[in-house]
Amino acid sequence: MLNGYAGTILRVNLTNSQVKKEQLPSELAEQYLGGRGFVARMLYDELPPNAEPYGEENMVVVATGPLTGHFLPGSGKTHFGTKSPASGGYGDSNMGGHFAPALKYAGYDVLILTGQAKEPSYLLIEDEKIEVRSAHPYWGKGAITTEKMLKDELGDDFQIITIGPAGEKLVRFACISHDFGRQGGRTGVAAVLGSKNIKAIAVKGTGSIPVFDVEKLYAKGKEAYKAIFAKPGFKGWTPEGTAGITNWVNEVGAFPTRNFQTSYADHYRQINGKAIVEKLKITDKGCFGCPTPCGKYGYTKTQAGSAFVEGPEYESIALLGGSCVLESIEEVAYANYICDELGLDTISAGGAAAFAIECYEKGILTAEQIGREVSFGDLGSVLYLLEKMALRDGIGDLLAEGVKTASERLGQGSEKFAIHVKGLEWSGYECRNAPGMMLSYMTADVGAHHNRAWALGHDVAGSSTTVHDLITAGGLGDKMPKAEIRGKSAKVIELQHTRPLFDALGVCRLQWVEIGFEVEHYEELFFLLTGQKKTWEELLKISERIWHLTRAISVREIPGFGRSYDYPPARFYEESIPSGPNQGYCLSKADLDIMLDEYYQARGWDQNGIPTKETLERMGLEDVAQGLLNKVIRPA
Amino acid sequence: MRLNAISERCSGCRVCQMVCALENFREVNPSKAALAIEGQFPAPGSYQIHLCDQCGECAQSCPSSAIHLENGAYIIHADECTGCMVCVNVCPRGVMFAHKRLEIPVKCTLCGECAKLCPREALSLEAN
Repeated sequence: MLNGYAGTILRVNLTNSQVKKEQLPSELAEQYLGGRGFVARMLYDELPPNAEPYGEENMVVVATGPLTGHFLPGSGKTHFGTKSPASGGYGDSNMGGHFAPALKYAGYDVLILTGQAKEPSYLLIEDEKIEVRSAHPYWGKGAITTEKMLKDELGDDFQIITIGPAGEKLVRFACISHDFGRQGGRTGVAAVLGSKNIKAIAVKGTGSIPVFDVEKLYAKGKEAYKAIFAKPGFKGWTPEGTAGITNWVNEVGAFPTRNFQTSYADHYRQINGKAIVEKLKITDKGCFGCPTPCGKYGYTKTQAGSAFVEGPEYESIALLGGSCVLESIEEVAYANYICDELGLDTISAGGAAAFAIECYEKGILTAEQIGREVSFGDLGSVLYLLEKMALRDGIGDLLAEGVKTASERLGQGSEKFAIHVKGLEWSGYECRNAPGMMLSYMTADVGAHHNRAWALGHDVAGSSTTVHDLITAGGLGDKMPKAEIRGKSAKVIELQHTRPLFDALGVCRLQWVEIGFEVEHYEELFFLLTGQKKTWEELLKISERIWHLTRAISVREIPGFGRSYDYPPARFYEESIPSGPNQGYCLSKADLDIMLDEYYQARGWDQNGIPTKETLERMGLEDVAQGLLNKVIRPA
Repeated sequence: MRLNAISERCSGCRVCQMVCALENFREVNPSKAALAIEGQFPAPGSYQIHLCDQCGECAQSCPSSAIHLENGAYIIHADECTGCMVCVNVCPRGVMFAHKRLEIPVKCTLCGECAKLCPREALSLEAN
């Protein structure tokens, strides 16, 4: 028995509905913790060579961590992993809600799906009972509608993930939906589920998770919650949640606007956290064990329609309200709802819609090709494009491939403003005057995602601080100094170990990020749960190992992968910011190369961004070094 | 004393259920909690807290008189309970819980630990 863990890996081969239950190896837990660590190691070990993302041979790993489901703040995180249809390399997505705790109470730390079901299906997990059931009544239905139908059929005590039409149609940025508003949004995991004919997974668990010292854990858990209640940010952060940073991001000139043409939106006060509270919010909606709920559930009414919707959270505001320039919170929320129901990641879908509109403005796409005229700021245009891409209808079939592929096919200079890294669309921070954040996006293992290293706060404040403190202090506006290029890699690497460590532990990082809940609490909680003494520094070393492993997976899976995959689109090093607090700023290609050289050197990767044999061995990844040796690794 | 709920404040985090199971069973297992949180989504978009108000219907219906009023709370005496689950079916609030791994129902003991840890102050232990 492994304390802290459920103890079992559940494997379901969808081709023949074969179910296997295996004991969770203690060495795997010791070396990779859980969550993201399990995802990375299992993809490395088990993904067949040259697996097609939508082929039978690809796998979807659903992983919990040692802290998941336990009595501690933010223990509701689920980690999904796959060979990404967006990048072709390592792909993962982290989701809040209540799904992973339920999986663990049912007895499973990890669920691995392989093969392909012959017909639309959903997977039912009820403690020891595992069934692959027909999903014919749900196929074609919206992600939220499907969850409601399944809840009505199975009961409210089932935790359910679903995919929408976009996942069924293999849109490369289809997202997983859960609990009527939580998403596993990134890297297209839902499309891989769609390729496996899996519409939903429903879990109910009634078991207990074994714990090393339950008395002390109970006392420590209470202490942890009370420590959070005492933080200034506890009452200050929660009312608006992530949307509360909208003002600050604009004031520091990092808000993606008009497909990242500029970094400041004049209308930002109409789409900020305050607007949500005043115009939409019905209730705060929290993930499992969370004292500071990000979810703002509300009701929105527009000329195009009305809906109950969770959100919009900051990222959706940035891409739909900023990049697509929707000018009211009601419109942003309605577009958010349409994305949720269609099963589209609001970040990538908002990015793809904005890309299409800019293509239209520049004459690269015509009204005839698109099927109508489109413009920034027009809700009808955005909704039209979202529906087209979710159903792969007309122009949507091209956009559903993601902006990288769409721009390669369209040409005519559109690659310059196809805003992505590694094929994953860029999330909500414009960084031409935030080089640390730029380097974070360039080197994030899944592509242009902010959560691996949110270095923007450091770029602006010049030191580490909580998000609550940043927004309380307010934006520096035009007084923001041009941040230094050199010396960024150390901070980015530190964050790339710290933030993903939470994804390996199976717990939300936001109590630490937002309001400064101290990481030392997790050391003690980890010990009381598992009985293993590990300092935070030792846990960070594991996170570092996982970082090298995810890079190695992309090296192995993507032909020619290396440095060229780590650059942002040319807009970010050829065009100066035309307006707002950072008007006139731009990084040069030489700036980017300075940062990449420094980063690779600090990582122990060669100049092409490939981990060296010595580095992999130093990380305890001798077998990975050996496995890659013949292909790309060059001994120093 | 009585346990009071303000459902409008609830954010569905289920900390109350974790605390309840730990206090009463010393187990990490919210399915053994003696209160329920019902999410009402997508419409009307709210949570409903279901908890025991110590009405005593369970004690009155118990065929073996195994449920006793002690300091304001109806308590199941495990040695007297036959596990017939009649009380689970008669509970007007649906907050007597049968659990497949337990021989007797789960019932609120009015310990008040859930109220102490609710991050939303949606639960409170108040004088009658």
